[in-house]
Amino acid sequence: MDTNSILQFSRPSPDTLALLFAGDWKLANKPPLIEDVRKQIDAEPKIQRITFNAKEVRNWDSSLLIFLTNVMDICTKNKIQVDKENLPHGVQRLLNLASPQHQRKGVSRTITHKSFFVMVADATFDFIRSSAEILSFIGEAFLAFMKFLRGKANFRRSDFVTIVQDTGAQSLPIVSLISMLVGLILAFVGAIQLKMFGAQLYVADVVGIGMVRVMGAIMTGIIMAGRTGAAFAAQLGTMQVNEEIDALRTLGISPMEFLVLPRMLALVIMMPLLCLYADFMGILGGFIVGVGMLNLGVTEYYHQTASAVTMTYLWIGLFHSAVFGVLVALSGCLRGMQCGRSASEVGYATTSAVVTSIVSIIVATAIITFGCQLLGI
Amino acid sequence: MEPGAEKKEKRIEVRGLDMGYGSFVLMRNLNFTVNKGDVFIIMGGSGCGKSTLLKILTGLKEPLQGQVFYNGNSFWEAEPEEREKIMQGFGILYQSGALWSSMTLAENIALPLEQYTNLKPAEIREIISLKLALVGLAGFEDFYPSEISGGMRKRAGLARAMALDPDILFFDEPSAGLDPVSARLLDDLILELSSSLGTTVVVVTHELASIFAIGNNSVFLDTDVKTMTASGDPKKLLAESKDPNLINFLTRGEKSAHEERNSSVHPG
Repeated sequence: MDTNSILQFSRPSPDTLALLFAGDWKLANKPPLIEDVRKQIDAEPKIQRITFNAKEVRNWDSSLLIFLTNVMDICTKNKIQVDKENLPHGVQRLLNLASPQHQRKGVSRTITHKSFFVMVADATFDFIRSSAEILSFIGEAFLAFMKFLRGKANFRRSDFVTIVQDTGAQSLPIVSLISMLVGLILAFVGAIQLKMFGAQLYVADVVGIGMVRVMGAIMTGIIMAGRTGAAFAAQLGTMQVNEEIDALRTLGISPMEFLVLPRMLALVIMMPLLCLYADFMGILGGFIVGVGMLNLGVTEYYHQTASAVTMTYLWIGLFHSAVFGVLVALSGCLRGMQCGRSASEVGYATTSAVVTSIVSIIVATAIITFGCQLLGI
Repeated sequence: MEPGAEKKEKRIEVRGLDMGYGSFVLMRNLNFTVNKGDVFIIMGGSGCGKSTLLKILTGLKEPLQGQVFYNGNSFWEAEPEEREKIMQGFGILYQSGALWSSMTLAENIALPLEQYTNLKPAEIREIISLKLALVGLAGFEDFYPSEISGGMRKRAGLARAMALDPDILFFDEPSAGLDPVSARLLDDLILELSSSLGTTVVVVTHELASIFAIGNNSVFLDTDVKTMTASGDPKKLLAESKDPNLINFLTRGEKSAHEERNSSVHPG
């Protein structure tokens, strides 16, 4: 049994073309070429009318409808009369539904190809607009913070406590793991080089200064960007989708104070604390390598670390982490508040929050390091 | 004063309103008035701008042009603080309920009360119980929005919208996603609120049953001509209008009888 889509042509009269459909007209089958129909229409003598016969069609789906629509388009263009009488009733009804007079007018988008210069201009304006958005967000966040300092900020203390717990205590396991491993890695890499000079003891300096001055802060910053920044963006984005933020606005409650401020405060307070903890765990990682692999003494390692790590380094590290706290919270909340009203937009906001946080963390580190260099600390 | 003889008090006036997004204009030149105690229906096919109009009325989106007045005071030309003051008189039920997901139902209803009243916690608790009972959710105080069904969320959203006994209640597609019985109960509740408390109600909907059951004033937005083509009591509009698009809408497209009757109208 033949299960292909079959199409045959005949000319019952010189100005009429009859299309005979047979077999299975399913999307899974390859339909006949529309070009064949066009050739038949273009052949001399010119036809005035097309008739269809689909009595032999066993099964059909959208494949037949698409083919017929294409044929009818050609007919309209060539001003040929179409006789749909002998098509199955279902096909006639569906074709009627999809016909142009049933569609809303003037909705199709015309996609115009833009010239290079127009694209550059568009990109520039987009950049200016998004920069302005970021600046105004930072400004609003600052105003909200000022209101908080005056004790007038409008948010729920219980929300703040929950966020502190989320960003602080619940981040401890992952911060422990990552910073301890970073300490281990620093010690291993340092040990290989220092061993050549017989200066294994200075592994303690490498790990101690490295972790306390910058690595502890960077690692917590990156963890918080992935963990908390993303969560902020997703939470606020979903609230945007669910109209929860609209509900706050219409109630005269500023989402900036009610949602963004507690998140920023929580992160700015918790980041330096987490950073201190990460410093400690990193030094512990270095200690494991130093004592376990390089056979350094426990007190020896401790004293070496204590003499290398000064309070200046500690303050620099904590300053880094406070800055990162602001950056991660700002990017997370900014992307969340900018979020559109669909599920894919929430995904985009989350990704964008993480990328923005990490990029800004690295850039900020470069700037602070350069500043410290200038100040000679 | 005899009922009916009283002069109608204007609550909302919309004058020459254009709305849209950027350079894209959805609707032009809207003019209508909502009186105190009206159940005012904003109707029209999907995508005609009903929800956008609601956003403009509730202060979430600026109009491209034109004015909205509440009790004679301009809404969009007012200072932000004044606008916020006007907005305090609104209760809004969003399409999805829009309950704050991190708070229990009681906390959701309490928030507006804590914001704008000096009530004691015990009094707030009483109001919460009353409002939840009004929407048939007594006992659900300590549930989170994610723990209840979509229809219940909507009713809880209504309880929150009613928290401050607002002058004007806005509903965005109240019966969407509700079963027929719940939808009917919600309609009854809307009528009850408007008749017993004199609350002005503005409803965006395309549910015909609701439109005829509760509406006593309306505006019809027609996408084809990008403006409003009719306003007034929907039942009257159905009986008297000769606009084919409106009749088509109000009769779910079963307009042939009307076409015969109004033979002067060209077929749509």
